Amino acid sequence: MKKIEAVIRKSKYSEVKKALHDIEVTFFTYWDVTGVGNEQVGHVYRGVTYNTSDIQRRYISIICSDEIVEATIETILNTAGTGEVGDGKIFVSDILETYRIRTKEKGGDALK
Amino acid sequence: MEQLTTNNVWMMVCTALVFIMHLGFSTLEIGLARSKNTVNILFKNVFIISIGILIYSIGGFNLMYPGEFLWDGFIGFAGFGLEAPMADGSLDLAYNAGYTYWTDFLFQAMFAATAATIVSGAIAERAKLESFFIFSILLVGIIYPIVGSWKWGGGWLDEAGFYDFAGSTLVHSVGGWAALVYITLLGARLGKYNGQVKPLEGHSIPMAAIGVFLLWLGWFGFNGGSVLSADPGATSFTLVTTCLAAAAGAISAIVFARIVSKSFDVTMGLNGILAGLVGITAGADSVSVGASIIIGLIAGAIVVFGVNLMDRLKLDDPVGAVPVHLLNGIWGTLAVGIFAEDFSFLTQLKGVLAIGVFVVVLSYIILIILKKTMGLRVTEREEVEGLDIHEHKMNAYPDFINE
Repeated sequence: MKKIEAVIRKSKYSEVKKALHDIEVTFFTYWDVTGVGNEQVGHVYRGVTYNTSDIQRRYISIICSDEIVEATIETILNTAGTGEVGDGKIFVSDILETYRIRTKEKGGDALK
Repeated sequence: MEQLTTNNVWMMVCTALVFIMHLGFSTLEIGLARSKNTVNILFKNVFIISIGILIYSIGGFNLMYPGEFLWDGFIGFAGFGLEAPMADGSLDLAYNAGYTYWTDFLFQAMFAATAATIVSGAIAERAKLESFFIFSILLVGIIYPIVGSWKWGGGWLDEAGFYDFAGSTLVHSVGGWAALVYITLLGARLGKYNGQVKPLEGHSIPMAAIGVFLLWLGWFGFNGGSVLSADPGATSFTLVTTCLAAAAGAISAIVFARIVSKSFDVTMGLNGILAGLVGITAGADSVSVGASIIIGLIAGAIVVFGVNLMDRLKLDDPVGAVPVHLLNGIWGTLAVGIFAEDFSFLTQLKGVLAIGVFVVVLSYIILIILKKTMGLRVTEREEVEGLDIHEHKMNAYPDFINE
Protein backbone atom coordinates (compact mmCIF):
# COMPACT_ATOMS: atom_id res chain seq x y z
CA MET A 1 0.00 0.00 0.00
CA LYS A 2 1.17 3.47 -0.86
CA LYS A 3 0.13 7.00 -0.09
CA ILE A 4 0.19 9.36 -3.06
CA GLU A 5 -0.02 13.01 -2.14
CA ALA A 6 -0.30 15.67 -4.78
CA VAL A 7 -0.35 19.44 -4.49
CA ILE A 8 -2.03 20.76 -7.63
CA ARG A 9 -3.61 23.87 -9.09
CA LYS A 10 -7.17 24.32 -7.86
CA SER A 11 -8.22 24.93 -11.43
CA LYS A 12 -7.03 21.46 -12.44
CA TYR A 13 -8.82 19.59 -9.67
CA SER A 14 -12.00 18.63 -11.51
CA GLU A 15 -10.00 17.27 -14.46
CA VAL A 16 -7.78 15.22 -12.15
CA LYS A 17 -10.76 13.91 -10.21
CA LYS A 18 -12.51 12.80 -13.38
CA ALA A 19 -9.37 11.06 -14.68
CA LEU A 20 -8.87 9.29 -11.34
CA HIS A 21 -12.46 8.07 -11.45
CA ASP A 22 -11.85 6.77 -14.97
CA ILE A 23 -9.06 4.48 -13.68
CA GLU A 24 -11.30 3.54 -10.74
CA VAL A 25 -9.52 5.43 -8.04
CA THR A 26 -12.69 6.49 -6.29
CA PHE A 27 -11.48 6.79 -2.71
CA PHE A 28 -9.41 9.80 -1.70
CA THR A 29 -9.34 12.93 0.43
CA TYR A 30 -8.54 16.50 -0.45
CA TRP A 31 -8.24 19.85 1.23
CA ASP A 32 -7.48 23.42 0.30
CA VAL A 33 -4.07 24.68 1.25
CA THR A 34 -1.79 27.62 0.58
CA GLY A 35 1.44 26.71 -1.14
CA VAL A 36 4.64 28.68 -1.31
CA GLY A 37 6.85 27.90 -4.27
CA ASN A 38 8.44 29.17 -7.45
CA GLU A 39 5.31 30.62 -9.02
CA GLN A 40 4.51 34.25 -8.33
CA VAL A 41 1.21 36.03 -8.88
CA GLY A 42 0.71 39.76 -9.14
CA HIS A 43 -1.69 41.45 -6.74
CA VAL A 44 -2.93 45.00 -6.55
CA TYR A 45 -4.36 46.36 -3.32
CA ARG A 46 -5.42 50.00 -2.99
CA GLY A 47 -2.90 51.14 -5.54
CA VAL A 48 -0.02 49.03 -4.25
CA THR A 49 1.25 46.42 -6.66
CA TYR A 50 3.06 43.42 -5.25
CA ASN A 51 3.97 39.85 -6.07
CA THR A 52 3.31 36.92 -3.82
CA SER A 53 4.25 33.29 -3.98
CA ASP A 54 1.51 32.35 -1.48
CA ILE A 55 -0.99 30.72 -3.78
CA GLN A 56 -4.09 28.67 -3.10
CA ARG A 57 -3.62 25.01 -4.02
CA ARG A 58 -5.52 21.79 -3.63
CA TYR A 59 -3.90 18.94 -1.71
CA ILE A 60 -5.02 15.44 -2.67
CA SER A 61 -4.19 12.39 -0.57
CA ILE A 62 -4.76 8.98 -2.15
CA ILE A 63 -4.12 5.67 -0.42
CA CYS A 64 -4.00 2.82 -2.93
CA SER A 65 -2.78 -0.71 -3.41
CA ASP A 66 0.65 -1.27 -4.98
CA GLU A 67 -0.70 -2.44 -8.36
CA ILE A 68 -2.32 0.85 -9.24
CA VAL A 69 0.32 3.21 -7.87
CA GLU A 70 1.98 3.74 -11.25
CA ALA A 71 -1.31 4.28 -13.07
CA THR A 72 -2.44 6.77 -10.44
CA ILE A 73 0.76 8.79 -10.62
CA GLU A 74 0.66 8.70 -14.42
CA THR A 75 -2.91 10.00 -14.38
CA ILE A 76 -2.10 12.92 -12.13
CA LEU A 77 1.02 13.78 -14.15
CA ASN A 78 -1.03 13.79 -17.34
CA THR A 79 -4.00 15.81 -16.11
CA ALA A 80 -2.68 18.28 -13.52
CA GLY A 81 -0.16 20.05 -15.71
CA THR A 82 -0.29 23.25 -17.73
CA GLY A 83 3.42 23.33 -18.58
CA GLU A 84 3.92 26.49 -16.56
CA VAL A 85 5.79 27.00 -13.30
CA GLY A 86 3.47 26.17 -10.42
CA ASP A 87 1.85 22.96 -11.62
CA GLY A 88 2.62 21.27 -8.29
CA LYS A 89 4.31 18.14 -6.98
CA ILE A 90 3.54 14.49 -6.21
CA PHE A 91 4.89 12.62 -3.17
CA VAL A 92 4.75 8.85 -2.65
CA SER A 93 5.22 7.08 0.66
CA ASP A 94 4.54 3.70 2.26
CA ILE A 95 1.47 2.91 4.31
CA LEU A 96 1.69 0.31 7.05
CA GLU A 97 -1.91 -0.74 7.36
CA THR A 98 -5.49 0.22 6.41
CA TYR A 99 -8.66 -0.64 8.34
CA ARG A 100 -12.27 -0.17 7.26
CA ILE A 101 -14.11 1.02 10.33
CA ARG A 102 -17.55 -0.37 9.43
CA THR A 103 -16.50 -3.97 8.78
CA LYS A 104 -13.19 -4.03 10.67
CA GLU A 105 -11.51 -5.47 7.54
CA LYS A 106 -7.85 -4.70 7.14
CA GLY A 107 -5.20 -4.65 4.42
CA GLY A 108 -5.97 -4.45 0.69
CA ASP A 109 -9.63 -5.42 1.13
CA ALA A 110 -10.26 -2.33 3.22
CA LEU A 111 -9.28 -0.15 0.25
CA LYS A 112 -11.83 -1.54 -2.17
CA MET B 1 -46.17 75.49 -1.13
CA GLU B 2 -46.30 73.38 1.99
CA GLN B 3 -47.80 70.56 -0.02
CA LEU B 4 -45.03 70.87 -2.56
CA THR B 5 -42.40 70.67 0.17
CA THR B 6 -44.00 67.54 1.59
CA ASN B 7 -44.22 65.93 -1.83
CA ASN B 8 -40.64 66.79 -2.60
CA VAL B 9 -39.36 65.34 0.67
CA TRP B 10 -41.20 62.08 0.02
CA MET B 11 -39.77 61.88 -3.48
CA MET B 12 -36.25 62.45 -2.16
CA VAL B 13 -36.74 59.69 0.40
CA CYS B 14 -37.92 57.38 -2.39
CA THR B 15 -34.90 58.35 -4.48
CA ALA B 16 -32.65 57.27 -1.63
CA LEU B 17 -34.59 54.03 -1.24
CA VAL B 18 -34.18 53.21 -4.94
CA PHE B 19 -30.48 53.97 -4.55
CA ILE B 20 -30.29 51.35 -1.77
CA MET B 21 -31.52 48.78 -4.30
CA HIS B 22 -28.10 48.97 -5.91
CA LEU B 23 -26.58 47.71 -2.68
CA GLY B 24 -29.25 45.01 -2.64
CA PHE B 25 -28.43 43.91 -6.19
CA SER B 26 -24.72 43.90 -5.32
CA THR B 27 -25.00 41.65 -2.28
CA LEU B 28 -27.56 39.37 -3.94
CA GLU B 29 -25.28 38.84 -6.93
CA ILE B 30 -22.20 38.32 -4.76
CA GLY B 31 -24.01 35.80 -2.61
CA LEU B 32 -25.21 33.72 -5.53
CA ALA B 33 -21.82 33.67 -7.24
CA ARG B 34 -18.65 31.86 -6.23
CA SER B 35 -16.20 33.68 -3.98
CA LYS B 36 -13.54 33.84 -6.69
CA ASN B 37 -15.67 36.35 -8.63
CA THR B 38 -16.76 38.64 -5.79
CA VAL B 39 -14.51 41.61 -6.56
CA ASN B 40 -15.56 41.44 -10.19
CA ILE B 41 -19.25 41.68 -9.33
CA LEU B 42 -18.71 44.54 -6.90
CA PHE B 43 -16.65 46.31 -9.54
CA LYS B 44 -19.47 46.06 -12.06
CA ASN B 45 -21.98 47.41 -9.57
CA VAL B 46 -19.76 50.32 -8.59
CA PHE B 47 -19.29 51.11 -12.26
CA ILE B 48 -22.95 50.84 -13.24
CA ILE B 49 -24.44 53.15 -10.64
CA SER B 50 -21.71 55.72 -11.25
CA ILE B 51 -21.68 55.71 -15.04
CA GLY B 52 -25.46 55.31 -15.08
CA ILE B 53 -26.10 58.58 -13.24
CA LEU B 54 -23.51 60.39 -15.37
CA ILE B 55 -24.83 59.10 -18.70
CA TYR B 56 -28.38 59.82 -17.66
CA SER B 57 -27.47 63.40 -16.80
CA ILE B 58 -25.65 63.93 -20.09
CA GLY B 59 -28.43 62.77 -22.40
CA GLY B 60 -30.52 59.93 -21.05
CA PHE B 61 -32.94 62.04 -19.06
CA ASN B 62 -33.72 64.33 -21.98
CA LEU B 63 -34.05 61.37 -24.31
CA MET B 64 -36.58 59.76 -21.96
CA TYR B 65 -38.53 62.95 -21.22
CA PRO B 66 -38.13 64.91 -24.43
CA GLY B 67 -41.27 67.03 -24.03
CA GLU B 68 -41.82 67.07 -27.78
CA PHE B 69 -41.27 64.11 -30.05
CA LEU B 70 -39.50 64.32 -33.38
CA TRP B 71 -41.20 61.35 -34.93
CA ASP B 72 -44.71 60.28 -33.94
CA GLY B 73 -44.02 59.57 -30.31
CA PHE B 74 -41.15 57.18 -31.06
CA ILE B 75 -38.17 59.35 -30.31
CA GLY B 76 -37.40 62.83 -29.11
CA PHE B 77 -34.51 64.64 -27.53
CA ALA B 78 -34.50 67.79 -25.44
CA GLY B 79 -30.77 68.45 -25.65
CA PHE B 80 -27.70 67.56 -23.65
CA GLY B 81 -27.24 68.23 -19.97
CA LEU B 82 -29.63 69.22 -17.22
CA GLU B 83 -31.49 72.48 -17.26
CA ALA B 84 -34.22 73.31 -14.79
CA PRO B 85 -37.25 75.19 -16.12
CA MET B 86 -36.75 77.82 -13.42
CA ALA B 87 -33.48 79.67 -13.59
CA ASP B 88 -32.60 78.89 -9.97
CA GLY B 89 -33.80 75.29 -10.28
CA SER B 90 -36.06 75.65 -7.27
CA LEU B 91 -39.69 74.68 -6.91
CA ASP B 92 -41.62 75.24 -10.08
CA LEU B 93 -45.34 74.75 -9.95
CA ALA B 94 -45.60 74.96 -13.71
CA TYR B 95 -43.12 72.09 -14.09
CA ASN B 96 -44.72 69.73 -11.66
CA ALA B 97 -46.94 70.04 -8.62
CA GLY B 98 -45.27 67.05 -6.98
CA TYR B 99 -41.56 67.78 -6.82
CA THR B 100 -38.72 69.78 -8.30
CA TYR B 101 -36.94 69.23 -11.57
CA TRP B 102 -33.81 68.10 -9.72
CA THR B 103 -35.70 65.48 -7.73
CA ASP B 104 -37.28 64.25 -10.94
CA PHE B 105 -33.88 63.79 -12.56
CA LEU B 106 -32.28 61.99 -9.64
CA PHE B 107 -35.25 59.69 -9.03
CA GLN B 108 -35.28 58.68 -12.70
CA ALA B 109 -31.49 58.31 -12.81
CA MET B 110 -31.65 55.71 -10.02
CA PHE B 111 -34.22 53.79 -12.08
CA ALA B 112 -32.12 53.93 -15.22
CA ALA B 113 -29.08 52.34 -13.60
CA THR B 114 -31.30 49.51 -12.32
CA ALA B 115 -31.90 48.19 -15.83
CA ALA B 116 -28.16 47.70 -16.38
CA THR B 117 -27.67 46.12 -12.96
CA ILE B 118 -30.18 43.41 -13.87
CA VAL B 119 -27.96 42.45 -16.80
CA SER B 120 -24.84 42.35 -14.65
CA GLY B 121 -26.25 39.60 -12.41
CA ALA B 122 -27.28 37.39 -15.30
CA ILE B 123 -23.88 37.44 -16.96
CA ALA B 124 -21.86 37.09 -13.77
CA GLU B 125 -18.74 34.92 -13.50
CA ARG B 126 -17.73 34.80 -17.17
CA ALA B 127 -18.30 38.11 -18.92
CA LYS B 128 -15.47 40.34 -19.98
CA LEU B 129 -15.54 43.69 -18.21
CA GLU B 130 -14.73 46.00 -21.12
CA SER B 131 -17.48 44.79 -23.42
CA PHE B 132 -19.97 44.83 -20.54
CA PHE B 133 -19.05 48.45 -19.79
CA ILE B 134 -19.76 49.50 -23.37
CA PHE B 135 -23.02 47.58 -23.43
CA SER B 136 -24.25 49.02 -20.15
CA ILE B 137 -23.44 52.56 -21.27
CA LEU B 138 -25.50 52.06 -24.43
CA LEU B 139 -28.29 50.39 -22.46
CA VAL B 140 -28.62 53.23 -19.96
CA GLY B 141 -27.86 55.98 -22.46
CA ILE B 142 -29.95 54.89 -25.45
CA ILE B 143 -32.09 51.76 -25.18
CA TYR B 144 -33.67 52.40 -21.78
CA PRO B 145 -34.49 56.10 -22.34
CA ILE B 146 -36.03 55.53 -25.77
CA VAL B 147 -38.26 52.74 -24.50
CA GLY B 148 -39.10 54.80 -21.41
CA SER B 149 -40.12 57.78 -23.52
CA TRP B 150 -42.75 55.67 -25.29
CA LYS B 151 -44.73 55.49 -22.07
CA TRP B 152 -43.43 57.75 -19.30
CA GLY B 153 -42.20 60.41 -21.71
CA GLY B 154 -45.69 60.64 -23.22
CA GLY B 155 -44.90 58.74 -26.44
CA TRP B 156 -46.93 56.44 -28.65
CA LEU B 157 -47.56 53.68 -26.10
CA ASP B 158 -48.86 56.24 -23.61
CA GLU B 159 -51.26 57.54 -26.25
CA ALA B 160 -52.34 53.97 -27.04
CA GLY B 161 -53.45 53.50 -23.42
CA PHE B 162 -50.60 51.22 -22.33
CA TYR B 163 -50.05 51.25 -18.57
CA ASP B 164 -46.91 50.52 -16.59
CA PHE B 165 -47.01 52.18 -13.18
CA ALA B 166 -43.44 51.80 -11.96
CA GLY B 167 -41.73 49.79 -14.65
CA SER B 168 -42.49 46.04 -14.78
CA THR B 169 -41.88 46.39 -18.49
CA LEU B 170 -40.06 49.69 -18.84
CA VAL B 171 -37.38 48.85 -16.28
CA HIS B 172 -37.43 45.16 -15.42
CA SER B 173 -38.31 43.64 -18.78
CA VAL B 174 -35.89 45.95 -20.53
CA GLY B 175 -33.10 44.67 -18.27
CA GLY B 176 -34.44 41.12 -18.57
CA TRP B 177 -34.60 41.10 -22.39
CA ALA B 178 -31.10 42.53 -22.61
CA ALA B 179 -29.90 39.91 -20.10
CA LEU B 180 -31.50 37.12 -22.13
CA VAL B 181 -29.78 38.22 -25.33
CA TYR B 182 -26.46 38.64 -23.50
CA ILE B 183 -26.70 35.17 -21.92
CA THR B 184 -27.52 33.58 -25.27
CA LEU B 185 -24.50 35.12 -26.99
CA LEU B 186 -22.21 34.63 -24.01
CA GLY B 187 -22.81 30.95 -23.32
CA ALA B 188 -23.00 29.12 -20.00
CA ARG B 189 -20.37 29.06 -17.30
CA LEU B 190 -17.86 26.23 -17.67
CA GLY B 191 -19.05 23.04 -16.04
CA LYS B 192 -22.70 24.10 -15.71
CA TYR B 193 -24.09 21.89 -18.45
CA ASN B 194 -21.89 18.84 -18.97
CA GLY B 195 -24.49 16.25 -19.81
CA GLN B 196 -26.56 17.19 -16.79
CA VAL B 197 -27.22 20.41 -14.94
CA LYS B 198 -24.62 21.00 -12.27
CA PRO B 199 -25.48 23.84 -9.92
CA LEU B 200 -22.50 26.12 -9.36
CA GLU B 201 -23.47 27.10 -5.87
CA GLY B 202 -23.20 30.65 -4.62
CA HIS B 203 -20.76 31.20 -1.80
CA SER B 204 -22.86 33.22 0.64
CA ILE B 205 -26.55 32.63 1.18
CA PRO B 206 -26.58 35.21 4.02
CA MET B 207 -25.29 37.81 1.57
CA ALA B 208 -28.03 36.89 -0.92
CA ALA B 209 -30.68 37.20 1.80
CA ILE B 210 -29.40 40.63 2.84
CA GLY B 211 -29.63 41.66 -0.80
CA VAL B 212 -33.23 40.59 -1.21
CA PHE B 213 -34.36 42.29 2.00
CA LEU B 214 -32.60 45.47 0.87
CA LEU B 215 -34.34 45.21 -2.49
CA TRP B 216 -37.71 44.81 -0.80
CA LEU B 217 -36.93 47.92 1.28
CA GLY B 218 -35.87 49.73 -1.87
CA TRP B 219 -39.14 48.82 -3.54
CA PHE B 220 -40.98 51.03 -1.02
CA GLY B 221 -39.31 53.84 -2.91
CA PHE B 222 -39.49 52.25 -6.35
CA ASN B 223 -43.27 51.87 -6.23
CA GLY B 224 -44.03 54.41 -3.52
CA GLY B 225 -42.13 57.08 -5.40
CA SER B 226 -43.76 56.20 -8.68
CA VAL B 227 -46.94 57.80 -7.34
CA LEU B 228 -44.92 60.96 -8.12
CA SER B 229 -46.33 62.76 -5.10
CA ALA B 230 -46.87 62.15 -1.40
CA ASP B 231 -50.61 61.72 -1.95
CA PRO B 232 -51.62 59.86 1.25
CA GLY B 233 -54.17 57.51 -0.31
CA ALA B 234 -52.15 56.52 -3.33
CA THR B 235 -48.78 56.05 -1.59
CA SER B 236 -50.18 54.00 1.30
CA PHE B 237 -52.24 51.79 -1.00
CA THR B 238 -49.29 51.25 -3.32
CA LEU B 239 -47.07 50.10 -0.48
CA VAL B 240 -49.74 47.65 0.68
CA THR B 241 -50.13 46.00 -2.72
CA THR B 242 -46.35 45.98 -3.13
CA CYS B 243 -45.75 44.18 0.15
CA LEU B 244 -48.63 41.74 -0.30
CA ALA B 245 -47.36 40.71 -3.73
CA ALA B 246 -43.84 40.24 -2.37
CA ALA B 247 -45.12 38.10 0.48
CA ALA B 248 -47.37 36.05 -1.80
CA GLY B 249 -44.48 35.60 -4.24
CA ALA B 250 -42.25 34.23 -1.50
CA ILE B 251 -44.86 31.80 -0.15
CA SER B 252 -45.83 30.56 -3.58
CA ALA B 253 -42.20 30.06 -4.67
CA ILE B 254 -41.46 28.19 -1.44
CA VAL B 255 -44.47 25.89 -1.95
CA PHE B 256 -43.72 25.19 -5.61
CA ALA B 257 -40.02 24.65 -4.92
CA ARG B 258 -41.00 22.21 -2.18
CA ILE B 259 -43.16 20.30 -4.67
CA VAL B 260 -40.53 20.32 -7.41
CA SER B 261 -37.35 19.66 -5.43
CA LYS B 262 -38.70 18.21 -2.15
CA SER B 263 -36.84 20.69 -0.01
CA PHE B 264 -37.36 24.05 1.65
CA ASP B 265 -35.28 26.15 -0.70
CA VAL B 266 -34.44 29.57 0.71
CA THR B 267 -32.95 30.79 -2.56
CA MET B 268 -36.28 30.17 -4.27
CA GLY B 269 -38.05 31.99 -1.44
CA LEU B 270 -35.76 34.95 -2.04
CA ASN B 271 -36.33 34.84 -5.78
CA GLY B 272 -40.06 34.57 -5.06
CA ILE B 273 -40.01 37.84 -3.11
CA LEU B 274 -38.37 39.57 -6.05
CA ALA B 275 -40.76 37.90 -8.48
CA GLY B 276 -43.76 39.23 -6.56
CA LEU B 277 -42.23 42.69 -6.40
CA VAL B 278 -41.48 42.80 -10.12
CA GLY B 279 -44.95 41.43 -10.87
CA ILE B 280 -46.81 44.07 -8.87
CA THR B 281 -44.70 46.95 -10.15
CA ALA B 282 -46.82 47.57 -13.25
CA GLY B 283 -50.11 47.80 -11.40
CA ALA B 284 -49.32 48.61 -7.78
CA ASP B 285 -51.66 51.62 -7.79
CA SER B 286 -54.44 50.24 -9.96
CA VAL B 287 -55.15 46.63 -9.02
CA SER B 288 -57.15 45.56 -5.97
CA VAL B 289 -55.65 44.13 -2.79
CA GLY B 290 -56.92 40.66 -3.71
CA ALA B 291 -55.47 40.94 -7.19
CA SER B 292 -52.08 41.93 -5.80
CA ILE B 293 -51.97 38.68 -3.83
CA ILE B 294 -52.95 36.66 -6.90
CA ILE B 295 -50.29 38.46 -8.95
CA GLY B 296 -47.70 37.58 -6.31
CA LEU B 297 -48.79 33.94 -6.09
CA ILE B 298 -48.53 33.46 -9.84
CA ALA B 299 -45.23 35.36 -9.92
CA GLY B 300 -43.77 32.93 -7.40
CA ALA B 301 -44.81 29.97 -9.53
CA ILE B 302 -43.40 31.62 -12.65
CA VAL B 303 -40.01 32.09 -11.05
CA VAL B 304 -39.73 28.43 -9.94
CA PHE B 305 -40.68 27.08 -13.35
CA GLY B 306 -38.73 29.83 -15.09
CA VAL B 307 -35.50 28.81 -13.37
CA ASN B 308 -36.10 25.19 -14.44
CA LEU B 309 -36.95 26.24 -17.97
CA MET B 310 -33.73 28.26 -18.27
CA ASP B 311 -31.68 25.24 -17.27
CA ARG B 312 -33.53 23.07 -19.75
CA LEU B 313 -32.71 25.55 -22.49
CA LYS B 314 -29.10 25.57 -21.24
CA LEU B 315 -29.28 29.31 -20.63
CA ASP B 316 -27.06 29.95 -17.63
CA ASP B 317 -28.39 32.71 -15.39
CA PRO B 318 -26.56 32.60 -12.03
CA VAL B 319 -28.97 34.88 -10.17
CA GLY B 320 -32.22 34.09 -11.99
CA ALA B 321 -32.47 37.56 -13.52
CA VAL B 322 -34.44 36.41 -16.54
CA PRO B 323 -37.13 34.47 -14.63
CA VAL B 324 -37.45 37.26 -12.06
CA HIS B 325 -37.21 40.41 -14.13
CA LEU B 326 -38.21 39.36 -17.63
CA LEU B 327 -40.87 36.70 -17.12
CA ASN B 328 -42.46 38.48 -14.16
CA GLY B 329 -42.08 41.86 -15.80
CA ILE B 330 -44.18 40.51 -18.66
CA TRP B 331 -46.63 38.83 -16.26
CA GLY B 332 -47.04 41.98 -14.16
CA THR B 333 -47.69 44.13 -17.20
CA LEU B 334 -50.26 41.71 -18.61
CA ALA B 335 -51.84 41.38 -15.15
CA VAL B 336 -52.75 45.08 -15.27
CA GLY B 337 -54.84 44.29 -18.34
CA ILE B 338 -56.49 41.41 -16.50
CA PHE B 339 -57.13 42.87 -13.04
CA ALA B 340 -57.48 46.63 -13.58
CA GLU B 341 -60.67 47.67 -15.28
CA ASP B 342 -59.34 50.76 -17.02
CA PHE B 343 -56.76 49.00 -19.12
CA SER B 344 -57.02 46.55 -21.99
CA PHE B 345 -55.13 43.27 -22.08
CA LEU B 346 -54.40 43.61 -25.78
CA THR B 347 -52.85 47.04 -25.38
CA GLN B 348 -50.69 45.72 -22.56
CA LEU B 349 -49.64 42.81 -24.79
CA LYS B 350 -48.85 45.20 -27.61
CA GLY B 351 -46.59 47.22 -25.30
CA VAL B 352 -44.80 44.14 -24.01
CA LEU B 353 -44.16 42.84 -27.53
CA ALA B 354 -43.12 46.18 -29.01
CA ILE B 355 -40.64 46.85 -26.22
CA GLY B 356 -39.40 43.25 -26.31
CA VAL B 357 -38.67 43.37 -30.03
CA PHE B 358 -37.00 46.76 -29.78
CA VAL B 359 -34.73 45.82 -26.87
CA VAL B 360 -33.86 42.38 -28.27
CA VAL B 361 -32.99 43.68 -31.73
CA LEU B 362 -30.93 46.61 -30.50
CA SER B 363 -29.15 44.56 -27.81
CA TYR B 364 -28.42 41.83 -30.33
CA ILE B 365 -26.86 44.27 -32.78
CA ILE B 366 -24.69 45.88 -30.11
CA LEU B 367 -23.64 42.59 -28.57
CA ILE B 368 -22.85 40.82 -31.84
CA ILE B 369 -20.59 43.73 -32.80
CA LEU B 370 -18.89 43.58 -29.39
CA LYS B 371 -18.53 39.82 -29.70
CA LYS B 372 -16.87 40.10 -33.11
CA THR B 373 -14.54 42.92 -32.10
CA MET B 374 -13.46 42.66 -28.47
CA GLY B 375 -15.20 39.46 -27.36
CA LEU B 376 -17.80 39.01 -24.63
CA ARG B 377 -16.09 36.31 -22.60
CA VAL B 378 -12.96 35.93 -20.51
CA THR B 379 -10.49 33.16 -21.32
CA GLU B 380 -11.06 29.67 -19.98
CA ARG B 381 -8.20 29.95 -17.52
CA GLU B 382 -9.44 33.28 -16.18
CA GLU B 383 -12.88 31.80 -15.68
CA VAL B 384 -11.64 28.68 -13.89
CA GLU B 385 -9.20 30.49 -11.61
CA GLY B 386 -11.54 33.38 -10.95
CA LEU B 387 -12.10 36.82 -12.42
CA ASP B 388 -10.94 38.47 -9.21
CA ILE B 389 -7.33 37.43 -9.43
CA HIS B 390 -7.09 37.81 -13.21
CA GLU B 391 -9.07 40.97 -13.97
CA HIS B 392 -8.50 42.73 -10.65
CA LYS B 393 -5.42 41.03 -9.16
CA MET B 394 -7.19 40.95 -5.83
CA ASN B 395 -9.02 38.48 -3.63
CA ALA B 396 -12.29 39.40 -1.97
CA TYR B 397 -11.43 37.38 1.14
CA PRO B 398 -7.63 37.48 1.43
CA ASP B 399 -7.73 36.24 5.03
CA PHE B 400 -8.63 32.81 3.71
CA ILE B 401 -5.29 32.50 1.98
CA ASN B 402 -2.86 34.95 3.53
CA GLU B 403 -1.75 35.52 7.09
